[in-house]
Amino acid sequence: MDAVLVTFLRALAFGTPLLWAALGEIVAERSGVVNLGVEGMMLLGAFFAFATAQLTGSPTLGLGAAGLVGTLAALVHAFVCVRLRANQYVSGLALGMVGAGTAGLLGRGWEGMPLRNPLPELSGITLSGLVLSGLVWSFLYHTRWGIALRSVGESPAAADAQGVSVPLVRSLAVGFGGFTAGIAGGFLSVAYRPSWTEGMTAGMGWIAIAITVFSGWDPLRAVAGSLLFGALFHLSFRLQGVVVPELLKMAPYLGTILVLTLTTARRGSRVQEVPEALGLPYVRGER
Amino acid sequence: MRRIGPLLLVPNPNPSWPWAVGVSLLALVGALAAAGGVFWAYGVSPLVAYRVIAEGTFLDPRALPEVVRRAIPLLLVGTGLVLAFRAQFWNIGAEGQLLSGAVAATGVALFSPLPPALLIPAMLAAGFALGALWAAFPAVLRLRWGAHEVLTTLLLNYVAAYGVEWLVHGPWKGPSMMGFAYTDLFPETAWLPVLAGTRVHWPTLALGLGGAVFGHVLLHRTVLGFEIRVQGENPEAARYAGISPARTVLAAALLSGGAAGLAGVGEVAGIHHRLLSPGQVSMGYGYAGIVVAWLARGSPLGAIPSALLLGLVFTSGDVMQVALRMPFRVTDVFNGLILLFLVGSTPLLQMRIRWAPARSKPALTQGEGWTPSS
Repeated sequence: MDAVLVTFLRALAFGTPLLWAALGEIVAERSGVVNLGVEGMMLLGAFFAFATAQLTGSPTLGLGAAGLVGTLAALVHAFVCVRLRANQYVSGLALGMVGAGTAGLLGRGWEGMPLRNPLPELSGITLSGLVLSGLVWSFLYHTRWGIALRSVGESPAAADAQGVSVPLVRSLAVGFGGFTAGIAGGFLSVAYRPSWTEGMTAGMGWIAIAITVFSGWDPLRAVAGSLLFGALFHLSFRLQGVVVPELLKMAPYLGTILVLTLTTARRGSRVQEVPEALGLPYVRGER
Repeated sequence: MRRIGPLLLVPNPNPSWPWAVGVSLLALVGALAAAGGVFWAYGVSPLVAYRVIAEGTFLDPRALPEVVRRAIPLLLVGTGLVLAFRAQFWNIGAEGQLLSGAVAATGVALFSPLPPALLIPAMLAAGFALGALWAAFPAVLRLRWGAHEVLTTLLLNYVAAYGVEWLVHGPWKGPSMMGFAYTDLFPETAWLPVLAGTRVHWPTLALGLGGAVFGHVLLHRTVLGFEIRVQGENPEAARYAGISPARTVLAAALLSGGAAGLAGVGEVAGIHHRLLSPGQVSMGYGYAGIVVAWLARGSPLGAIPSALLLGLVFTSGDVMQVALRMPFRVTDVFNGLILLFLVGSTPLLQMRIRWAPARSKPALTQGEGWTPSS
């Protein structure tokens, strides 16, 4: 039974950044904006958290820097797709490339250094995701702002008619998504694996987006998703002696595809949970 | 309808090509300026960086073949992605499809008993087939179960990369390679011929150029192309017209995956002559192909100049790596910023600027009625 507990704890530790990133994406997508740049924002967060923590000696400041950089990056995406109404998929991809490239470029001199003052991995951090998902859940379902945010994602025209500013709500939601993605990356570089290597997120940003879909845009169900993928990552590390490591490393990605397919297939027969206006730019007066 | 000083921005869904080129150039200038900011943060003066790039590319006669060599995979991938995006199939998995093509070509080159004359055609065919298969999988997942292809194609990139990693460390590791993670060298009959004195493997270049022409003819002269365009521009209308999304999406997926597969064949058979680690087979051509497709503004023929331009970006990356000792990652910054500025400029692309000095207030309200097209 000990192995089960260990797996659970490891899944929790690894699932925390996944959860933070997914929760931000849930909020953004609930407002109707897809941001495919999660991976890039996480990498930016990871690098800036590491650099800040290394320079100041404070991992907390590092996390703050990560959140700030993630927010700024996301606001670029918000400007391009909310203000300029450009294609959300392509803008997000572009942001992801810029983020990954910039982090890789700026971070070259910091590769492989151990962090001098890392945060303990199993601590408040691992619980923070659970707390955040509760907060996001009550925000979305039990506050006026949350209802406004969801209505912007379901029917922007109706929300607009009610006097809710669609561009403002969407920009704030996307900005929040960037904040959590940045922090998620920061967790990786100051707590989970206290160091910086290029591309260290290894597709976690994409898996966080998959968790968003898998959870049906529900912050509480995202917890289950993050634990599941956290466990998959842990097992793919743990079983290295038993199975060929490269093949094992494919498991989380194949698992994500499988789970994603199963969820969307199952969802087809039930009520649609996808925010109605997801991916669509809003132009006042149209439709 | 917006007014900037005496200029009136009027919506125009079908921009002329000089306007499209002009707006794209503007976006490129914006991206270069923003990249300058990143160089500055890295500690290299943007002016120095651009001078070094200019000296290493435009002013160096040896650079041109390198630009073309880089443009070959970008052209193949980009043309395929133009078709995929026109059909609203968001294939982000060209990187994995390219690697699949490279694996297929390696399998044929090293392990098939084919006579030498058939070897290269078989490698190209196998590369196309495995690349297409790698893209067909997410297409089927979407068509049958509704799993979004942005995620599935992307996640398959990681699967393909680990697959290549496994092959070169494991079963296909070349015994003559003394511990390196390579396969053995291909027999010379499996090497693609190159233009003398360069690394330009011309059969793949010809395939890329032919593919762009083929894509143009397909889109504009065939029923399938017509269906792809309708499906892409207005899925509702396509459904009423009885166009099967399965047909268009699958065709677009197979063609784009196959084209990326051919790019993979070109890299291993034209340059490395063996399979090596995924990061060395492709330097991110699959992702840069998205930029090529976007810069081509939906036209397969437009992929030719845009692939050359991105080829120039990759060559600049090489130059900066050597001259300024920057990591090759710098190309990702360029690519991402170019894509970001291109997508941000699309609203401007769909505008026409009209000289209309405001005479009096009513002209503005009257303006609403001038655009019958919108």
